[in-house]
Amino acid sequence: MKFLEHKAKEIFARYGIPVPRGVLASRPEDIVDPPLPCMVKAQVLVGGRGKAGGIKPAESLDEARRVAGEILGMDIHGYTVKQVYLEERLPIEKELYFSLTIDRSAREPLLMATAMGGMEVEQVPRDQLFMEHVPAMIGIQPYLLRSLRAALELPKETADQVAAIARQAYDLFRKEDAELVEINPLVLTTDGKVIAGDAKLVVDDNAEYRHPDYAGLDQDRTPLEQEAHEKGIVFIQLDGDIGVIANGAGLTMATLDVLNLKGGKGGTFLDLGGTDDPEKVKQAFEILIKANPAVILVNIFGGRDNRGGRRACGQGEGGRHLKWRSS
Amino acid sequence: MAVLLTKRARVVVQGITGHQGQFNTERMKAFGTKVVAGVTPGKGGTKVESVPVFDSVREAVRRRRANASIVFVPAPYAKDAAIEAIEAGLKLLVIITERIPFHDALEVMPYARSKGTVVIGPNCPGIATPGQGKMGIMPNHIFKEGDAGVISRSGTLTYEIVNAMTQAGFGQSTCIGIGGDPINGTNMVEALAMFQKDRQTKRIVVVGEIGGTTEEEAADFIKRKVTKPVVAYVAGRTAPPGKRMGHAGAIIQAGKGTAESKMKAFQDAGVPVAQYPSEVATLLAATDGTRANVQ
Repeated sequence: MKFLEHKAKEIFARYGIPVPRGVLASRPEDIVDPPLPCMVKAQVLVGGRGKAGGIKPAESLDEARRVAGEILGMDIHGYTVKQVYLEERLPIEKELYFSLTIDRSAREPLLMATAMGGMEVEQVPRDQLFMEHVPAMIGIQPYLLRSLRAALELPKETADQVAAIARQAYDLFRKEDAELVEINPLVLTTDGKVIAGDAKLVVDDNAEYRHPDYAGLDQDRTPLEQEAHEKGIVFIQLDGDIGVIANGAGLTMATLDVLNLKGGKGGTFLDLGGTDDPEKVKQAFEILIKANPAVILVNIFGGRDNRGGRRACGQGEGGRHLKWRSS
Repeated sequence: MAVLLTKRARVVVQGITGHQGQFNTERMKAFGTKVVAGVTPGKGGTKVESVPVFDSVREAVRRRRANASIVFVPAPYAKDAAIEAIEAGLKLLVIITERIPFHDALEVMPYARSKGTVVIGPNCPGIATPGQGKMGIMPNHIFKEGDAGVISRSGTLTYEIVNAMTQAGFGQSTCIGIGGDPINGTNMVEALAMFQKDRQTKRIVVVGEIGGTTEEEAADFIKRKVTKPVVAYVAGRTAPPGKRMGHAGAIIQAGKGTAESKMKAFQDAGVPVAQYPSEVATLLAATDGTRANVQ
């Protein structure tokens, strides 16, 4: 689950991480009392919005409304801006970077920080990047914060605030089942405060059941992908014309790859998984047909011995109920 | 000899009374696996496929000398089941369950390691050693005893490849489905190390997919440590970036984890990469028993 900036900041604030004051608006006329001077920020689930013109300053209420009007409805890398977040403008002294991710190879959370914030972390030279693993069962120990402080070379008061934010962010990372907590920039203001300028939060979909509040959040899915998701069907829309349905993620991917090598192009990734429930198979075919493929390719490995037959039954039923179209 | 799973395994099935547990208990027994016990809290004293069911793993160990476990319990209870098995002293744990929260896996995997328990999975088809036993959900009929070790992140794609290998005359020493999650108990490098040591294994097949860097790490390990011939296949070369392709771990993020990068890493390590799943068996036939050295 991805979070829009304003929602991520709301959660950050809950964990004590300082965030700027801000108001959310989906129409210019709804903006009444923005914290001036402010930044008007497009709320989209995609990076690079600043460069795309989705973040602009405003000095007055009139200007805030006008700028909001420009940004709302804008297309940013395929995402339409439906909301803007108007946020107090921070007096920036320095920009830092902070993140927590899951290091798959080490099987541990990874804390990264650098005094060279505000840019893509991939562009930060390795020797400027602080990276330490945190054993999930043990959590952040004081030594880690000592070395973080040493690495960032900040005055004591500032370093204290950064260390506190590191603890709060880690607390959030674990309790909210996050895959990513990223603050870029983490702003050091001219009056000596440390505040999260931006907020990225991604929560593990597998942990959705532990966070029912987040279930209704907008995700970057097409309407049909959303419908499939709600039915528990693994489905992704692609830009080809061949509807592909298979069982198992690897086999579905491989099927799409083979089609491509042979000059075709898959239009759907539909992974039936290990289901042998005819009703579920029928629902999957309904979704597939809504994607309006020119043809459908079914690739089922009758994996669990005699269960392929039952799956085929679902298919038959789907066919009877659905009035197949094929061209 | 094979790796991990041999005739000595006395298997307990955690979640044996569920739909999957019950069905696969029968199939594992048909494969020749010694399934000695099942565990479902509250169902102790009953039987499934004539296997006695207990309320706890400890009881299964005490009464039936179980020494390995396969976990079918639903995701919200999988961490509990895994820790119970580790604490009961089992040294091999196969977790079939999919959709386990990453943060649960972040606790279970290092903990298992600290206790000397090898975990396979989660979100995996399990392991099979033809002629000795199966702890998993793979179809029985595709396997044949032989000298090829198989390591895969996938389920059905592995069946397809193993099936083609068997038909082409390449039997398997052990087939390890390491699973499709980002955090797994055994990764490709660890599985490769096991096969490199195993005397029965003469050649190795690696089936990877997009996401993460386990294939790149595997390729580096092969270059440095593996003397047996290796053949690879990588799924997901047409997968769009930023989308999770069914497996939680199968996602291209920030330009990392692409199939191209993985295929190139294998090729640079002198590992032939199959274009099609069916080509794996053909490439195996072309290997001559030693790994072509590219340096």
